[in-house]
Amino acid sequence: MNKLITVGISDLNIARNGDELITYALGSCVGICLYDPILRIAGLSHILLPLSTGYSLIGNQSYKFADSAIPLLIEKMERQGAHRYRMKAKIAGGAQMFASINNSDLANIGQRNIEAVKAVLYSMNIPLIAEHTGKNYGRTQKFSSDSGLMTIKSINRGEIIL
Amino acid sequence: MALKDLEDLNEIHLDALQEIGNIGSGHAASALSTVLDRRVNMSVPCVKILDYESVVEQLGGPEEQLVSILLSLGDDVSGMIMFLFHKQFANMILTTLLGEESGDINSLDEMSTSAIEEVGNIMAASYVNAIAELTGLRIDISTPSLSIDMAGSILSVPTIYYSNISDKIIAIEEELGQDDLHAFSYILMLAEVDSLEKIMKSLGLEA
Repeated sequence: MNKLITVGISDLNIARNGDELITYALGSCVGICLYDPILRIAGLSHILLPLSTGYSLIGNQSYKFADSAIPLLIEKMERQGAHRYRMKAKIAGGAQMFASINNSDLANIGQRNIEAVKAVLYSMNIPLIAEHTGKNYGRTQKFSSDSGLMTIKSINRGEIIL
Repeated sequence: MALKDLEDLNEIHLDALQEIGNIGSGHAASALSTVLDRRVNMSVPCVKILDYESVVEQLGGPEEQLVSILLSLGDDVSGMIMFLFHKQFANMILTTLLGEESGDINSLDEMSTSAIEEVGNIMAASYVNAIAELTGLRIDISTPSLSIDMAGSILSVPTIYYSNISDKIIAIEEELGQDDLHAFSYILMLAEVDSLEKIMKSLGLEA
């Protein structure tokens, strides 16, 4: 029986042996799935903000930011034997949940999260092979260590497998 | 002592916030009752300082579909205010205001959308005016913005907004009821820490 491992907000985890990772209701946050297809090791990180510059990264604070969380996820997968040169990425989220917010920092936070995630992946030479990002609705993201497939579920939009 | 974090709020501060929440939501509920021309009952609101996951759990879990209205606060107080309702309550508002079964909350037409936004606007204005009057502070509110989606996705917005200050959210929880319909609702008041400090000072409390 395969396990379903929940990844909370500002959290990350890995799965193997056919287990699945799930993170619920991404809004402006971005969920990053990494996969080593040879060892079938999957990783999922749920970030809130783009950059950790200016923040003190104590405890699990590092899991909150794209630039600090993604390298930690890669290391965690490598400790299980995965190799970063084999890893491929799929991402989802980064929506703008409310149409008109005056606060401009917040208004495009989803977009800035997406861009920061892409920049980190690019700098670590991990190809981004699928994404389901932006727009104005929430997404639940599931990732299978067996197939490397990412399933996106939104209210009234059914499921999309990428 | 200056407030650095929401965790620095003491019992007296919480009581003050509770009272503000009480007065604010009392005004918001009576505004709602005027708009709907129906009695709206309200339980005594309860102020809690909670983290994201607890708020989401109390609202029925991350994938629970909610109706939410967000407005930003400006001038003396910077922050935002968010109203969260369950679908049944939004449906009741629509049926009462537009006089017909509104159908599916997921495919609202422009009329229904602006009706809900307007209700949010009126409630927020009464809420904020009550606080402004009590504290003597000037508080502006932006135009309302509506989102009908999963609780977790909606709450990612205040969580992100707040994340440079604290992992906690000040939630004012209350039950708005009408006849046999009781709708658990949340008002989230999200003020920056220095704005909270201003509110406390204006009430004569050392922050």
